[in-house]
Amino acid sequence: MIDFTLVLAAGVASGTILLFAAVGEIFAERAGVLNLGVEGMMLMGAVAGFSVAASTGNPWVGVIIAMLAGAALSLIHAVVTIHLRAEQVISGLALTFLGSGLARVLGDGLSKAGAIETLPRITIPVLSQIPLLGPILFRDQSIMTYIGFVLVPVAWYWIDRTRPGLNLRAVGERPAAADAQGIDVIRVRYAYVLVGGLLAGLAGATITLAISPGWFGDQTVAGRGWIAVGLVIFAQWSPIRAAIGAYLFGAIFRFIIDLQGVKTIFGFDNPFQAGRSATFFLEMLPYLFVVVVVIIGSREALRRRVGAPAALGIPYVRGERGA
Amino acid sequence: MMARLEPRGQPPRWLSPLLTVTAVAVALVIGAIVLALVGGDPVKSYLHIVKAAFGDIGVLSDTLVKATPLILTGLACALAFRMRLWNIGAEGQFLLGAWGASFVILGLGLPEGTPAIVLIPAMMLAGALAGAIWGIVPGVLRARLGVNEIITTLMLNYVALAWVQFWVFGPWSEGGFQQTATFPKEAWLPRLTDFGKEIPLLSGLTTHLGMVFALIATAIVWFAVSRTRWGYEMRLIGDNARAARYAGIDIRRYIVVVFAISGALAGLAGMSEVAGSVHRLQDRISPGYGFTAIIIAFLAHLGPWRVVVASILFGALILAGREIQPSGVPAMIQGVILFCLIVADVFTRYRLVIARRAAATT
Repeated sequence: MIDFTLVLAAGVASGTILLFAAVGEIFAERAGVLNLGVEGMMLMGAVAGFSVAASTGNPWVGVIIAMLAGAALSLIHAVVTIHLRAEQVISGLALTFLGSGLARVLGDGLSKAGAIETLPRITIPVLSQIPLLGPILFRDQSIMTYIGFVLVPVAWYWIDRTRPGLNLRAVGERPAAADAQGIDVIRVRYAYVLVGGLLAGLAGATITLAISPGWFGDQTVAGRGWIAVGLVIFAQWSPIRAAIGAYLFGAIFRFIIDLQGVKTIFGFDNPFQAGRSATFFLEMLPYLFVVVVVIIGSREALRRRVGAPAALGIPYVRGERGA
Repeated sequence: MMARLEPRGQPPRWLSPLLTVTAVAVALVIGAIVLALVGGDPVKSYLHIVKAAFGDIGVLSDTLVKATPLILTGLACALAFRMRLWNIGAEGQFLLGAWGASFVILGLGLPEGTPAIVLIPAMMLAGALAGAIWGIVPGVLRARLGVNEIITTLMLNYVALAWVQFWVFGPWSEGGFQQTATFPKEAWLPRLTDFGKEIPLLSGLTTHLGMVFALIATAIVWFAVSRTRWGYEMRLIGDNARAARYAGIDIRRYIVVVFAISGALAGLAGMSEVAGSVHRLQDRISPGYGFTAIIIAFLAHLGPWRVVVASILFGALILAGREIQPSGVPAMIQGVILFCLIVADVFTRYRLVIARRAAATT
């Protein structure tokens, strides 16, 4: 039988990957820049982190390089969309092509790298004793999971309660007004696109250095970058809701893997055992579920008449109408 | 000193093609540099691509086989993008089309020896229909509920792949392999080599009837978009949705219809691939045709005939790229090409002004 505490604990770990990527994308989109290159940046982070960790033997160096790799890719997007005012959708797609191609080139032969030293796993002494939640959240989790726990409130506080956060929102909603207030719109947008890249790189490294170590080509990320982009819509651009969504998806991903390992469900033969063709219906679930949550997010946006930052996707040019 | 971008008025006609060619050239140079950095031999790789794709009539024919699904999926993307509908789901629609065509052979229980004249139109219909359904879903969601079509089309790609995998691993698996049995000859699209007896020059050439479908589809899309009222209204929505709404155009209907046609074109590509080239369904039936199609649509500036030209170039890249190591090289070059195209497009719309005194005018 499936131990649900373990499934949920593993779900939180796996959700951390989506959490980093989604929060990064929230920062970029709140500044008014849509970056669809998350999948590519994650792949670059995943491969850079893994290969550096494999060659240096130090996973932390891998994490730093992964973040820089993600940021480097996002810088291309920033130049092309902010300075050159290109269509953000296309540039983001190009970033995903570039990132996944480059990651596969760099990752050539890495699948044979063997075991590497992964990031440490920690049990928090007192908190892990809390009934129900303790074992799920605080027992034998990767350090990345805890960084995720910290990131969510920090991101929320930064965006909603601080002066720089106010500037960020102003740039994403009313860039012309922000400009008139003396905020450097271009600089703010660059900064948050780079933050998005750093976090996407971190998300990639979290896969290869913590949650499921190894390099499996495109399958390493397997669409998680796109799921993160979908989560942002579901989250209505709020880090807290993004966290809820990310952990939910993490649990679904884990459940799918774990369900394939059991022989019977309530005494019946399990049709989803590994190796059976019905497992492919299980594999559809997370992607179908993204469609569902994006519909929920869109409906809510319609009803509450809120939604995407008003200037999302629109390049800012001083003195131009509609900016 | 400071560089600024200023909008151009009407760019000269030669500028856009020139910049496009320059963009591709720059992309190839960047690709070569990256290849050299990771220890490859760029000159050898590029010469290999040219030779393996255009070297003789046999490989040229193979290039056209690869170009066929690219033309149809490229048209699917170009059509949707013209209305600023980001259909990133051509890959999934292609897979569903391939599945639909296969269903006619494997799922309907038609008697053995059913003639081609029945089978092939039925497969075309089933493939286009399956692709269209896969396009209509995100279309309706976008039109009725304002759901972002980029996310939904992308997610449905993964669902489509799992759906095809279920059938080829499960009910239609041939002896436990990840593929179906070979289709009967009646379900094969005629190939040039089939006429090898009468015209010896054609023997061994694999280019199939799908190419003709692709060219007919190109002509129809070109005509519909640039020569009909429907196409005019569609382009108006793409250029200025607000003006189109004031003009009384039912935008929501156009969204669903364009998504349906786009999906049907990609579905037909899937049908043409199983019936013309692979002759069975397998899970690795697409090396990413539906994604390459996005780049093709941009390289072609959404022009249907230019889609054909771009598809042949990318057909060559896919055909010859299979043998290039590391395996990510073609995908990487595609990404670089797309970026260079974006930058080229910027310079068609804006001119770079270098001012010696920093922004004295503002």
